[in-house]
Amino acid sequence: MKSKINILSLTAIFALVFSGRLAAQIGKPFIHDPSTIMQCEGKYYTFGTRGGGLISEDGWTWNEGGVRPGGGAAPDVVKIGDRYLIAYGATGGGLGGGHNGRILTMWNKTLDPKSPDFKYSEAIVVASSDGQEDCDAIDPGLLLDPTDGRLWLCYGTYFGFIRLVELDPTTGKRVEGNKAIDIAIDCEATDLIYRDGWYYLLGTHGTCCDGANSTYNIVVGRSKKVTGPYLDNMGRDMIKGGGKMVAGAGWRVNGPGHFGLLDLGDGVQKMSCHYEADLDQSGRSVLGIRPLLWKNGWPVAGDNFREGTYEIESERRGYALELAVDFVRMPGGMRGFNRNNDEPIKPVPSQQLSDVINTWPAGNTQVRIGDYMFRPHQKWTISPATDGGGYPGGPYFKIVIAGTERALAATADAEVITVPTFTGAPEQLWRIDQLIDGTYRIMPKVVPGSNEKYALISLGDSTPTLGKFDFNSDNSKWNFRSH
Amino acid sequence: MSMKLKPIPFAMGIAILVVLGIQGCTSTSPGKGQATVATTDTTRSIAGYFNEATTKINYPDAEGFIQRWSLLEPINKPNRSNTVFTDSYLREAFNTVYFPNQFTIIPKNGEKVKVGEQELTWHALESKKFNVKLFRFAYGLRKPIYGVLFWAVTVINCPEEMKNVRLAAGSNSASMWWLNGSEALLLSGDRRMVMDDGISNRLTLKKGKNILRGAIINGPGMSDFCVRFLDENGQPIRNITITNE
Repeated sequence: MKSKINILSLTAIFALVFSGRLAAQIGKPFIHDPSTIMQCEGKYYTFGTRGGGLISEDGWTWNEGGVRPGGGAAPDVVKIGDRYLIAYGATGGGLGGGHNGRILTMWNKTLDPKSPDFKYSEAIVVASSDGQEDCDAIDPGLLLDPTDGRLWLCYGTYFGFIRLVELDPTTGKRVEGNKAIDIAIDCEATDLIYRDGWYYLLGTHGTCCDGANSTYNIVVGRSKKVTGPYLDNMGRDMIKGGGKMVAGAGWRVNGPGHFGLLDLGDGVQKMSCHYEADLDQSGRSVLGIRPLLWKNGWPVAGDNFREGTYEIESERRGYALELAVDFVRMPGGMRGFNRNNDEPIKPVPSQQLSDVINTWPAGNTQVRIGDYMFRPHQKWTISPATDGGGYPGGPYFKIVIAGTERALAATADAEVITVPTFTGAPEQLWRIDQLIDGTYRIMPKVVPGSNEKYALISLGDSTPTLGKFDFNSDNSKWNFRSH
Repeated sequence: MSMKLKPIPFAMGIAILVVLGIQGCTSTSPGKGQATVATTDTTRSIAGYFNEATTKINYPDAEGFIQRWSLLEPINKPNRSNTVFTDSYLREAFNTVYFPNQFTIIPKNGEKVKVGEQELTWHALESKKFNVKLFRFAYGLRKPIYGVLFWAVTVINCPEEMKNVRLAAGSNSASMWWLNGSEALLLSGDRRMVMDDGISNRLTLKKGKNILRGAIINGPGMSDFCVRFLDENGQPIRNITITNE
């Protein structure tokens, strides 16, 4: 019976993956109030309310196994030097639970509970609320200021103000004499990040803890000083309720809350959150990982790549990745001059795969980049690969010419070709990450015989290859267009 | 996470942790754009949030927020959750008559009304903040703080007729606003206070007295509201005076 259930569960998971509807992670990514995702010794970790946490080998498949003592709510984590500082709220957060909250911090050298170095220090209280004042000390968010190394903690919930205090980055204790500062109101689950001279305060608005009816959403304000004021795009201070939307509901998940930044470098940033409900996973609260984009100085959640049939457009010139085959002309020629304008207007059918496929070679075939004419050799169907594994925010994909199994593949000499049939070999699996500017990076899972992490590159306007990714070059960037 | 629907049992086991190293929070006077140092506000009094209204000339604050109001002590309106605050629920709740002359009264300070078994008092107050913290009003007066319905009235005195103005309001939780007896704005749902959250259609403030009336309902949550008028260019209106009569 047990194995039957497991098989059914796996089948359900695969069905979700292949349907393209799964917007959150796979495995058992069930969590509420997740901390910022941490990388530790090759694995990914996040901790949630009531203790414990999730662990992932690849950032896509998540299962329980994280260990965080102390219970309580909504932890956050920051790595300082070779140690991890964990903050969590011990109490508070609810009408019946009271608002006499306490924020505690504790250290660990590793997040891997199997490591001999895994041992939490004694938790210490760094902030509190007495249950009556205009603050409820829960939902901590940590920022190690990259400009000066100072450590900041924001906390609070709908019960009054979001407050900011300074901690000692060597001890995790409150800086002596530090006074709390009010920086926002009427939000919760706050976190701070820094980018390009701005401090960003991410907070969660809306209704928590109501499943499919939760209206949780993540908003942001920014300030030149960590102490605020944090203003939104309309100039409204977050202390007056301001906030610009970063992430809301969609794709059958709702209630994103508890922002966390996962900066993977090379222009790839992800934001973590929980969704209050994933309607494809029993409406449970699940971990979400989405691309984080930056538009006009504001962060906004991108959408995880979704299967479909696309033009793969080079950001370099705007040409499209295509199979290197003969261009097959459509019937008819110029129809502009000397025609009777009273002729009936009728649609001209698009060129079909069946019109051209017999002209294509049967074996491995080169790819190139050309001007897009919505022809069959330019249309790529992209879908999650079975058992291909994943990475933060997505599974590996197979990329085939639409209507065929002809698959894009990396070669041992770091070029890119198509093979007649997709086999699931790792060189046929592709990682697709949306970059912070909204374009995409496309990387093979492996380049055969190499440890290099290469990406699909426009070597020339018409020539693709595999090479080192450079966020500062449009050669490295692609768009997926459906038209 | 703020769980508005039910208690959090895990909170119980942690409460015995000894508080060490907590820094006191003391009050300072912040200037515009300066950090606001958190204040302790645990005294059960409205004094930290309100002054008694006077007859001195009172203008909206620098951003146009109206701070002088007559507030009625909260009517008991038990709601365990704010998820019930649909438009239809609110229209029924706000149009129910709880006390005589509910939609016409310009109350005097200390005037009492009877709502069921409750005897409630009107308080003429001036908020010390841009918003009116109804939670602190109720808490300070030792009245119910959750599952409540508040009524607020103020008088807008215009030196001349002002056309194409808009009422801008935010409230925790839902609210309805009437100007001179006509509905101007409904903010529905489980809502936190955001300045300029809801904006009315174009209105006319007549020369002389204009009566602005609001009803704010909340289940669990820190009730408050903020209200201002905007001109046709979206700028706050400040050349009006506010009275309680």
